[in-house]
Amino acid sequence: MNRRVLEGDPHAVIEGMTIGAFATGSNQGYIYCRAEYPIAVKTLNIAIDQAHSLGLLGKNILGSGFDFDLEVRMGAGAFVCGEETALMASIEGKRGEPRPRPPFPAVKGLFGKPSNVNNVETYANVPQIINNGAEWYASYGTEKSKGTKTFALAGDVKHTGLIEVPFGLTLREIIFDVGGGIKDDKQFKAIQTGGPMGGCLPAKFLDLPVDYQELAKAGSIMGSGGLVVMDEDTCMVDIARFFMDFVQDESCGKCTPCRVGTRKILEILEGICEGRGKMEDLDTLEMLCDQIREDSLCGLGQGAPNPVVSTLKHFRDEYEAHIKEKRCPAKVCKPLIRYEIIDGTCTGCTVCARNCPVNAISGERRQTHVIDPDVCVRCGICMQVCNFNAIVIE
Amino acid sequence: MTIEPKDGKVVLDAVQSAVNRYGASHDELIPILNDVNREIGYLPGEALDELSRLLKVPKSQLFSVASFYRMLSTEPRGTHVLQFCESAPCHVAGGREVLTAIKDALKINENETTPDGKWTLVMTSCLGVCGVGPVMMIDDDVIGNVDPEKVPEILAKYH
Repeated sequence: MNRRVLEGDPHAVIEGMTIGAFATGSNQGYIYCRAEYPIAVKTLNIAIDQAHSLGLLGKNILGSGFDFDLEVRMGAGAFVCGEETALMASIEGKRGEPRPRPPFPAVKGLFGKPSNVNNVETYANVPQIINNGAEWYASYGTEKSKGTKTFALAGDVKHTGLIEVPFGLTLREIIFDVGGGIKDDKQFKAIQTGGPMGGCLPAKFLDLPVDYQELAKAGSIMGSGGLVVMDEDTCMVDIARFFMDFVQDESCGKCTPCRVGTRKILEILEGICEGRGKMEDLDTLEMLCDQIREDSLCGLGQGAPNPVVSTLKHFRDEYEAHIKEKRCPAKVCKPLIRYEIIDGTCTGCTVCARNCPVNAISGERRQTHVIDPDVCVRCGICMQVCNFNAIVIE
Repeated sequence: MTIEPKDGKVVLDAVQSAVNRYGASHDELIPILNDVNREIGYLPGEALDELSRLLKVPKSQLFSVASFYRMLSTEPRGTHVLQFCESAPCHVAGGREVLTAIKDALKINENETTPDGKWTLVMTSCLGVCGVGPVMMIDDDVIGNVDPEKVPEILAKYH
């Protein structure tokens, strides 16, 4: 969303920051842009040059006597640099490691000076609010969350993309009206809100009006505005494992609860997905999640347990099936599924055996074939090439 | 073709040019490193040595920053860097199968370079185009809606 604002309307961001600078008495601003968005960096720099040549940035803006200039700073590939103190560290030429607050950036921020740090989306809203008035903006939204919010609607939904809606629209309206419903008309299973640190909410939350307070009460976050929709074929244990893998990759490593704690959680979740889980693991997971949330230095560590906590709360039966029955109900976790050929449907045409990359399938022509589960790598090619729908996942 | 170490003069020129562009100041370190990495393909030890001299910052601090950020590399990288998005929207759209296809086609894992020096595979936390996932970026090209079957054809376009 912020990428699209920078690429599509950088002027709103420049104007919003100039207004903010005027209000706070600042003369220098920075826009920190991920290096993965080179087009956004280019567009921003063009817009800044244009603002300079029109006297809208630089010294004595529009003859007001007020000086303000903007510089674009590129990141270098670190998710944690979205955290405000890590972001400032990165602009200062350091590792993107957060620092404790207080002192808050407004007191001691970039280069030790009082700084105002906000998202691109926030600054982009400012010119409209100044032009149309606060009451106009407050006429959208809910009691405590005013205005509109951009979201990236993604996953198993028919219409993926960027949306802007007023706060208060329900998840159901977003997924089924705006998003067109679940892809291939499958069943909705869960939606993760707020990015990788968000909780996964099941169907009972579909009528939740989306705002900061309601999402927090439900055990999730507004976060980045990401909305990932998951259908009935998603394994929620695998999803929790996936998010913990992500956190491990992106953790800056500064504080032990995040650096070591999330590794422990990941090891346990990998064990459960591979059929090595024990019921005591669920208690260990809950204990680790509590401690990591309480003791981490920044939002990445504090939010990292959310996918695990929410899936444990709302999809505990899936965890128990993995552990007690060594079964993955959604048929995703490869070590817990078997590809089987149905006797009676198989015609013995040998197409599957000839296409199997590891020669796991045996059988005579016109006889039911058999897949050896110890050799099979669960690639699914046999199921794709079978012309008789004789292969199923158990 | 293996990766040849860069000529010393090429390295020094890249460093000097980046420092001239941004100024010899510690807080310009990341833009400087980004430029040098882009110019040479990675950050050789000689580059960090020269930068340490010009910025008057200990080499250990420069290495600590260079090794922190995913888009900077202290090891030689291939001619083409393939960044694959490991974020949830791309994963839910079928990213796992696409990543397997990429690893099978290139015969390398994450953070590895092919023996012929052509490809390096790195993961990225987001490419900002979630609506067209799974997404990958080869050099500066963003490629969306990637199917596992399309992977060989996409890779073949790069020489």
